[in-house]
Amino acid sequence: MDEATEGGAVKRFLYVNRKAPYGTIYALESLEVVLIGAAFDQDVSLAFVGDGVYQLTKGQDTKALEVKNFSPTFRALDDYDINKIYVDADALRARGLTEADLVIPVEVVSTERMAQIMEGQDVILSF
Amino acid sequence: MKLGILVNEGPYTHQASDTAYQFAKAALAKGHEIYRVFFYHDGVNNGTRLTVPPQDDRNIVKRWSELAAEHKLDLVLCIAAAQRRGLMDKNEAKRHGKDTDNLAAGFRISGLGQLIETGIQSDRLVVFGD
Repeated sequence: MDEATEGGAVKRFLYVNRKAPYGTIYALESLEVVLIGAAFDQDVSLAFVGDGVYQLTKGQDTKALEVKNFSPTFRALDDYDINKIYVDADALRARGLTEADLVIPVEVVSTERMAQIMEGQDVILSF
Repeated sequence: MKLGILVNEGPYTHQASDTAYQFAKAALAKGHEIYRVFFYHDGVNNGTRLTVPPQDDRNIVKRWSELAAEHKLDLVLCIAAAQRRGLMDKNEAKRHGKDTDNLAAGFRISGLGQLIETGIQSDRLVVFGD
């Protein structure tokens, strides 16, 4: 607990994305919180676990669903200084995916490491 | 302790709003402070005054309104989520040319920044959802 909590101004926010990008609105509305939250100058990280890893996959085509493909928005996160993106290794592997299948650079971490990352947060928003 | 609460599911379909309400009530009874209750995703549907549940069932919306009146709670619906789902206060209804508003007593509509602020200002932010 360093400057992040002592001053009361900057906290560590972790957004945990657990759900597939389409089928429910959670993923899209989670990204909306991340983008709005970026204006608050907090210490922001994103985690992708379970079906949440599908949110980052390349080549999403949503035309037939008649919903917006929002995956390009993830590439804008770096412009907001949001670059701590953690992806659960087991979740990727279980779905036959690798880091090369994802639209942005990420840090692939073990479940144990993910637990440590969560432990180090002040605020966890789980979607 | 100063608590923030996030409700991500609508009433009746899902337990989240019930559990959040019971949690809020219990926390207040123990002397904790609730900084804000923020409603997101389908959670915004907890703020419509037009629900008419059967008389032998709990009235989830009314329960939140009453808790807010009793403890001066700040109940906030996300505006983007609310607009998608047809939740409007008088100003929003007028702005969008709708023939009625449906915001229940004790609720207000505001931006997602209020959720981030809740995370910053509260000692704990407790999320209720799926």
